[in-house]
Amino acid sequence: MGLTKEQIAQRISKELKDGYYVNLGIGIPTLVANYIPEGINVVLQSENGLLGMGPFPEEGKEDADLINAGKQTITTLPGSAIFDSAMSFGMIRAGKVHLTVLGAMEVADNGDIANWKIPNKMVKGMGGAMDLVAAAKNIIVAMQHTNPKGESKLLAQCSLPLTGIKCVTKVVTDLGVFEITPEGFKCVEHAPDVSIEEIKAKTAGRLVIAQDLKPVAI
Amino acid sequence: MSINKVVASADEAIKDIPDGATIMFGGFGLCGLPENCIAALVKKGTTNLTCISNNAGVDDFGIGLMLHKKQVKKMIASYVGENAEFERQLLSGELEVELIPQGTLATRCLIAGYGIPFVPVLAGVGTEVAIGKETLSRNGKEYLIEEAFDASFAIVKAWKGDTMGNLIFKDTARNFNPLMAMAGKITIAEVEELVQPGELDPNMIHTPGIYVHRIFQGSHYEKRIEQRTVRKAN
Repeated sequence: MGLTKEQIAQRISKELKDGYYVNLGIGIPTLVANYIPEGINVVLQSENGLLGMGPFPEEGKEDADLINAGKQTITTLPGSAIFDSAMSFGMIRAGKVHLTVLGAMEVADNGDIANWKIPNKMVKGMGGAMDLVAAAKNIIVAMQHTNPKGESKLLAQCSLPLTGIKCVTKVVTDLGVFEITPEGFKCVEHAPDVSIEEIKAKTAGRLVIAQDLKPVAI
Repeated sequence: MSINKVVASADEAIKDIPDGATIMFGGFGLCGLPENCIAALVKKGTTNLTCISNNAGVDDFGIGLMLHKKQVKKMIASYVGENAEFERQLLSGELEVELIPQGTLATRCLIAGYGIPFVPVLAGVGTEVAIGKETLSRNGKEYLIEEAFDASFAIVKAWKGDTMGNLIFKDTARNFNPLMAMAGKITIAEVEELVQPGELDPNMIHTPGIYVHRIFQGSHYEKRIEQRTVRKAN
């Protein structure tokens, strides 16, 4: 038993700093919004053109003109700002967004990421993922350590078509926290009840264990 | 007197769009779609179209309505999920698709409206998006050269507009609309509320009327919600 999806999100929330502008992708990354630490003020960016994304509307107050990038009905907050899609990716490209959290199918030990296409299956498109990974300075991937077949998603080289190259800074999985370093995946924290042997067995890419390895604090 | 760009209806606005035309459609998912013009194109049966839009609608709404009538030859978009008929036509080879990163899509509209022919971007470098594209190196970084769109028509939806074509958008229904409005050789705007010049605050205009060629007040907006998410009232 490793971390639950909620615990992965909770761990990533510790990366938030006061004043951060943050873009959260669909899936586990969205859950990070539920664990913003007390005393930390962050602004959530939605790439369809909103800074200051609020919670879902109360029932009956949904507005078709106000959605997030996952096409869900949402709300604005005091201090929110609306803009067009070019400005939205402009602020991402210009490095104004401090942290991007997204899901992935595969991450390589050099920071390559694949998360948009499985060959010979229906291709839905990359949406904004390629723009985000090409531009953001701090990209954290939230995902399960292995795929449903039990194969490692932390690889020496991605097997799926790439979304971006050498861009991921950190990966948080159900087994632990891994920084991308020149030596490969550096395991800096492990899930409390997961052994180093298990992490080694389930990581296909180059792996180093931090000297000061500690359990993930939940 | 002022320049008057008002046309009577959606039918009137789209009547000279020929078969085989390239049309840009504003909107993100089902949000901010020019519903009246899409309905008019479906009714007229204009065919063999190349559509540029962030998404391709769902089966029975948005560009999905035109796909259903097999009016679309090629779709240029960033994300085309949630559409079974789209998938069927794509897999059977009836439909051509070009996928473009979303920020690149937006920027290619923007530069068309700014008179900039091409732009270097990082998105897609090292991926299959880069295949066949010209590249440029600066300060040790490689960029893809992305070109301004060249579309005969752009069709957008705004909240308010005046008879001179000045537009204001509402909430996240803005998305690609002001960008595509700038990028079309002929831009058609449908608005929820059409007013006289002077009624909109010049400081609040998102799209100056110079970019808009035809405008009309739409009707019967369904504004369908793709993902209705709510919380319990406190």
